[in-house]
Amino acid sequence: MKRISPSETFMAAITWAAALLTAGALLYIIGFILWRGVPYITPSLFAPVYNSINVSLLPALVSTVMMAVLSLSFALPLGIGAAVYLAEYARRGNRAVRLIRLAAETLAGIPSIVYGLFGMLFFVVWLGWDFSLLAGSCTLAIMILPLLLRSGEEALLSVPDSYREGSFALGAGKLRTVFRIVLPAAIPGVLAGVVLAVGRIAGETAALIYTAGTVAQIPPDVFASARTLSVHMYALSREGLHTNEGYATAVVLLLVVIGINVIAARIAGKIGGAHERV
Amino acid sequence: MNVFDITDLNLWYGKFQALQNINMSASEAEITALIGPSGCGKSTLLKTLNRMNDLVPGCRVTGSVCLSGMDIYGNLNVNDLRKRVGMVFQKPNPFPMSVYDNIAFGPRTHGVKSRYALDEAVENSLKAAAIWDEVKDRLRKSALGLSGGQQQRLCIARALAVKPEVLLLDEPTSALDPISTGKIEELLLELKNDYSIIIVTHNMQQATRISDQTAFFLLGEMIEYDSTEKIFSMPQDKRTEDYVTGRFG
Repeated sequence: MKRISPSETFMAAITWAAALLTAGALLYIIGFILWRGVPYITPSLFAPVYNSINVSLLPALVSTVMMAVLSLSFALPLGIGAAVYLAEYARRGNRAVRLIRLAAETLAGIPSIVYGLFGMLFFVVWLGWDFSLLAGSCTLAIMILPLLLRSGEEALLSVPDSYREGSFALGAGKLRTVFRIVLPAAIPGVLAGVVLAVGRIAGETAALIYTAGTVAQIPPDVFASARTLSVHMYALSREGLHTNEGYATAVVLLLVVIGINVIAARIAGKIGGAHERV
Repeated sequence: MNVFDITDLNLWYGKFQALQNINMSASEAEITALIGPSGCGKSTLLKTLNRMNDLVPGCRVTGSVCLSGMDIYGNLNVNDLRKRVGMVFQKPNPFPMSVYDNIAFGPRTHGVKSRYALDEAVENSLKAAAIWDEVKDRLRKSALGLSGGQQQRLCIARALAVKPEVLLLDEPTSALDPISTGKIEELLLELKNDYSIIIVTHNMQQATRISDQTAFFLLGEMIEYDSTEKIFSMPQDKRTEDYVTGRFG
């Protein structure tokens, strides 16, 4: 009955091929990393101290976690604070709001190497922090700020106004309404932003090489240099001596990122579950 | 005694005048119903009584609204006003938290901290809203798991928990099934012994079933205000008669 024109079949085939290629590329990368990396995952990779014989990735793994925790602890209060201002306090279409949004969008579009240079000039040189965990995490904090601001603002705006009305109608003030009712309801959305931010932190190299340095150690304090897993991989492949261990590191990095995503989804599900169960 | 005295009330949303020269009063321990077609200003009037209209940008009010003789647009703190004048909305809006925390939110807002006092406030409010037996075993579970009718009674309990003097209800049963509606109407008839109730309703049968006084609104004006019996049996104004007999609206 229904006649399908040749051009329609052709277009369908093209979109199908595009979908297949997209999924294929991802699967290929994951498969390739696993194939090259898994055979080289050995206990010595997880030795507590790095040397050129064991090529341990443990210091880098610990540094990555420290970097993520520090960056988030700087960026999260700022990002959420700004998001609360934009979503709850600022009048819609106000000039300051447009300026802040423009600033955030611009920040989001800057290449990470520029952040790295800024971080080096400002934190490393001008403030004299040297290559350090602190300089690196401050640089990354600025980098992930727009992301947290954006996702936080969207999460707040998606909280139904009926919650706010209900709270005001009980005689609660603005502050209590925002922090006891609106913000808790927005947590799943905020966490989604945090997951993306952690992904960026774990994947960043350019901004860190010039701010946190590349010393392969578990940093004794925040003023010590540290290399994250991504920087570690970069160093290994640049040196060209431990390419196989580089692939093994990539496997671990992949697992870490997937792990973080799963945990965050669980937390969001647990908190969000209370909202969605209708 | 009148709980509310409204004198020469005018209200604008930007350039649009939503209420024109409203003069009315609502008596204590009675149910006052506000009826009229959509867009007649009845919900707007309700929202001026606890100043929820403050939240609407571009809203301007002239005239006076007195709660027990005190002008609510004068020196009265708006949060205190809303503690004294509770509100229940058209769509049930429990907070995304446990049943207990929903009810305790109001008392906690107004400084109640002791565990014992909170437990008592929660139990009493839920009992007063005739929902205690249905939720007493699931106080710690999310309020969003309740049915629509239960949620609305929960919202009434939540409003009662701050011990208001007046309860404003904005079409509280329009989103509910007939059985839930019946339960809420029964509840309101019981509550009117302790609270003054002002209810906006779309449903004229509901007004006749539960209210003592009825005010009819049209296009931002109050056309007629009298005892419910009179409004529905021998209205003075032709427009009221047309509306209550179902000729329009």
